[in-house]
Amino acid sequence: MSVKYSTTPSGTVTGRLAGKASLIIGAILIVALLAAPYVLYPAFVMKALCFALFACAFNLMLGFVGLLSFGHAAFFGAAAYATGYAAKFWGLTPELAILFGGVVGGGFGFIFGWVAIRRQGIYFAMITLALSQMVFFLALQVTGITGGEDGLQGVPRGDFLGLISLEDPLAMYYFVVAVFLVCFAFIWRIVNSPFGAVLKSIRENEPRAISLGYNVDRFKLIAFTLSAALTGIAGGTKSISVQLASLTDIQWQMSGEVILMTLLGGVGTLVGPAVGATLVVSLENFLATSGLPVTTVIGVIFVVCVLAFRRGIVGEFNAFLGRRKH
Amino acid sequence: MFKKALLAGVAVSALTAGSAMAEGISGDKVVIGVLTDLSSVYADVAGKGSIVAVELAVEDFGGTVLGKPIEVVSADHQNKPDIASNIAREWIDAKGVDVITDLVTSSVGLAVQGIGGEKGVVTINSGAATVRLTQKECTATGFHWIYDTYALAHVTAPAVISGGGDSWYIITADYAFGHSLEADATQVIKDMGATLVGSVRHPFPSADLSSFLLQAQASGAKVVGLANAGQDTINSVKQASEFGIVAGGQKLVALLAFLSDIHSIGLELGQGLNVTTGFYWDMDDETRAFSKKFFDKFGKMPTMVQAADYSSTLHYLKAVAAAGTDDGVTVAAKMKEMPIEDAVIHHGTIAANGGVIHDMYLMEVKKPEESTGEWDLYKLVKTVPGAEAFQDPKASGCALVQ
Amino acid sequence: MFELIGIPPQALFGQLLLGLINGSFYALLSLGLAVIFGMLNVINFAHGALYMLGAFVAWFLLEYAGIGYWGALILAPVVVGLVGIVIEKTMLQRLYKLDHLYGLLFTFGIALILEGAFKHEFGVSGQSYATPALLKGGTNLGFMFLPFYRGWVVVLSILVCLATWYAIEKTRLGSYLRAATENPRLVQAFGINVPVMITLTYGVGVALAGLAGVMAAPIYSVNPLMGSHLIIVVFAVVVIGGMGSIFGAVVSGYMLGLLEGLTKVFLPEASNIVVFVIMVVVLLLRPAGLFGRER
Repeated sequence: MSVKYSTTPSGTVTGRLAGKASLIIGAILIVALLAAPYVLYPAFVMKALCFALFACAFNLMLGFVGLLSFGHAAFFGAAAYATGYAAKFWGLTPELAILFGGVVGGGFGFIFGWVAIRRQGIYFAMITLALSQMVFFLALQVTGITGGEDGLQGVPRGDFLGLISLEDPLAMYYFVVAVFLVCFAFIWRIVNSPFGAVLKSIRENEPRAISLGYNVDRFKLIAFTLSAALTGIAGGTKSISVQLASLTDIQWQMSGEVILMTLLGGVGTLVGPAVGATLVVSLENFLATSGLPVTTVIGVIFVVCVLAFRRGIVGEFNAFLGRRKH
Repeated sequence: MFKKALLAGVAVSALTAGSAMAEGISGDKVVIGVLTDLSSVYADVAGKGSIVAVELAVEDFGGTVLGKPIEVVSADHQNKPDIASNIAREWIDAKGVDVITDLVTSSVGLAVQGIGGEKGVVTINSGAATVRLTQKECTATGFHWIYDTYALAHVTAPAVISGGGDSWYIITADYAFGHSLEADATQVIKDMGATLVGSVRHPFPSADLSSFLLQAQASGAKVVGLANAGQDTINSVKQASEFGIVAGGQKLVALLAFLSDIHSIGLELGQGLNVTTGFYWDMDDETRAFSKKFFDKFGKMPTMVQAADYSSTLHYLKAVAAAGTDDGVTVAAKMKEMPIEDAVIHHGTIAANGGVIHDMYLMEVKKPEESTGEWDLYKLVKTVPGAEAFQDPKASGCALVQ
Repeated sequence: MFELIGIPPQALFGQLLLGLINGSFYALLSLGLAVIFGMLNVINFAHGALYMLGAFVAWFLLEYAGIGYWGALILAPVVVGLVGIVIEKTMLQRLYKLDHLYGLLFTFGIALILEGAFKHEFGVSGQSYATPALLKGGTNLGFMFLPFYRGWVVVLSILVCLATWYAIEKTRLGSYLRAATENPRLVQAFGINVPVMITLTYGVGVALAGLAGVMAAPIYSVNPLMGSHLIIVVFAVVVIGGMGSIFGAVVSGYMLGLLEGLTKVFLPEASNIVVFVIMVVVLLLRPAGLFGRER
């Protein structure tokens, strides 16, 4: 069973074009990010950014290795707790606490990957789902760290490098933007490296990659661990900026949410997941005061995406550019 | 350089916006935010009914306070504390919300109370059970209205023990709420010289509780206490009846069950169950009158959480009128000075830690033949005065209590 | 009387029997999942929601049509099966050409829609569904009190599992089905309408979930969330049994029910995790599951 997610017919022209489009979109996004707190509510943008990073990290697995993980909430949540705990009880500065969250996320990712990586497709999805459910129950029980259903409350924002207080909303905002951009650049680098090329070749044709002498399982495991670690950084940053970590972050529904974000924005595109995440977070905010049943609306979007809109927003946009070129 | 200038500019604008607080009514209206769970597991306990209750309170108050209109806004926090805290911040910063009520779910309650404390905005919690709200995490503007885990254990256990139930087996949901309920109940059982035969912790959530019920049955304890909530309690009661626990002579006690839960279980399966509540519609003429108005609007009788939303909104508005301002800190101080007198809570006081102290009731679920209607579910076993039911504020560890 | 690590043997038997009853639900649900997966290569995430739908249909039938448990036992699975057929015909069908993961995501969306709609309409407190009069009460087995209804659940589920297994392994229709799983084009060439067969398979698979829902209604509260907690455990059961293996799904369903029952006595806190721990161990030792073949 081979897993394919090519969103455009694989031709170099469209590929390069899509790359160029991504660059332009990226530049616009950066400017928008810097100006955003003057137009939008900063707390909202920060949350959207954390989820955008989460979705991009998730997409590293789904879009570029072709493995659907249904357990990424475990990394996100575990890291949110780890970061919050380190900042609150060990007095770690925010950047160290977030790094610690990344390490914890990556650690869980390595364990999950070690168990699940030999399986593909649906098997992989179900195994990661079951494992993440296990982590959820652990989080529910180690109340000393997680606070159980009360959540880990009152996480201090602390001083960046021990110097700049993040209590200032704008300092916090630009800190989150910086974390996002650095991690996003890192993901871009992975995707466009020889390592990334091997990953894509595994996605396109795994037996071929094996016959070329690549240790496919090892590549997948490294990619999975990286994805989990980046997810952890997203979770940690969320925990610092929203100042709490709770069971919501670690519940399996969160894994479903990140899949929706990625699907909606465009699987296998670089900026797609970020766009999707922003949309989903805005939608949740909007639905909160609209009186519409949230779960149902999210479900309908899921179904529509899968049935009619599989390339996602950015994928459709790239395809549109590709068509115009020809 | 550029960034620094930007930072400075925004900081200044933020400061000027922040200092706009003055005497009188900010924004020329009083805005009440009902932050509740409309789509998840607490939607029946609080949810739409909470919004209805708040609107009813505004209506009964007359629709205006100090000559200014009262506006009610609402949002669904979906049981997610980060959504809740985002909404709360936005409400306070951008929408001029003066008080946030309901806040069902402990993670949401704690998070939003923290934000309210930081920003000087009144937060009234009527949904969450955790005592942490009035302990270390208490704030000057935070209130906890109708019940908490301490009261649940300290009403139910003594009343049941003094009624002859002197040996207990406790079935606990394995999470913080269950643990604290179990710990409180165990303490009461020890203090009163009763025996705790055993206890078991079941995973949360559990659809099938029969194994645990069977262990309780085999223990021979006179009382089986359920330290769980919601679906777990409903399934426990249903399956206890299936396995003949009550029929076999053991007393079944739900440490926390709402009217909506009992309504869902039905009298056939629920009869004989002991429940603690801070409000029941059929107590006296006042409660019946309020509940009838609520029923006419909503089609269900109010749970104690929804009733608490009514009571707390009314009390808040009275305090605004008395203080002559909607400034959070001033109103909060006023609220604590004034006694609570309304259809829901007849004689209540508010301690310095924000905890409301009022009478609690131990109820027994009626037998089907005793009931005269769909909502005629409870009969009163005992009224427990507030001072016995709630934790002594001095022992709460809240820094606001001297 | 001897004791086993502090647990008297009667209590142990009692817990094992209860485990078997829970295992009956696991077995019925994982059986449906396995049937669907075998034929469609789709993991039906909506299975839990359709189980919930089955329970709700039983409740509707009683509330609005006065049809009791025994009628619901036949009618509710039919209704759920029809719903499944509509879903398959109108939407799911278009996804077969694509990666199987899209089937998983699509059914996940369906599950959210069903769950959300029912939460919106009926709230989350749930509805009460009475035990049928014929099966009220119970009997004392000496080591435990067994409600008649729970005994009936075990018997019925074993019968249904056996019947399904027989239909697939021993009948002509079943042999077409198995052949179509291996090579749909060839079977089509023999003049058998494979698409219709696929549709019916999905219908039957979800009808099994509906049946489980009706059977659960008198025991658990009929509640929009009743399926979402169960579905992940059932996923783990299917993985342990070996995906696509009908025999494996049924056997591991009962087995895990028993094991879970034991954990509830010895280490109750861990009884939610035990299934997942076993899954991990099985995967490390036998990646294809206990009864599965490596694909």
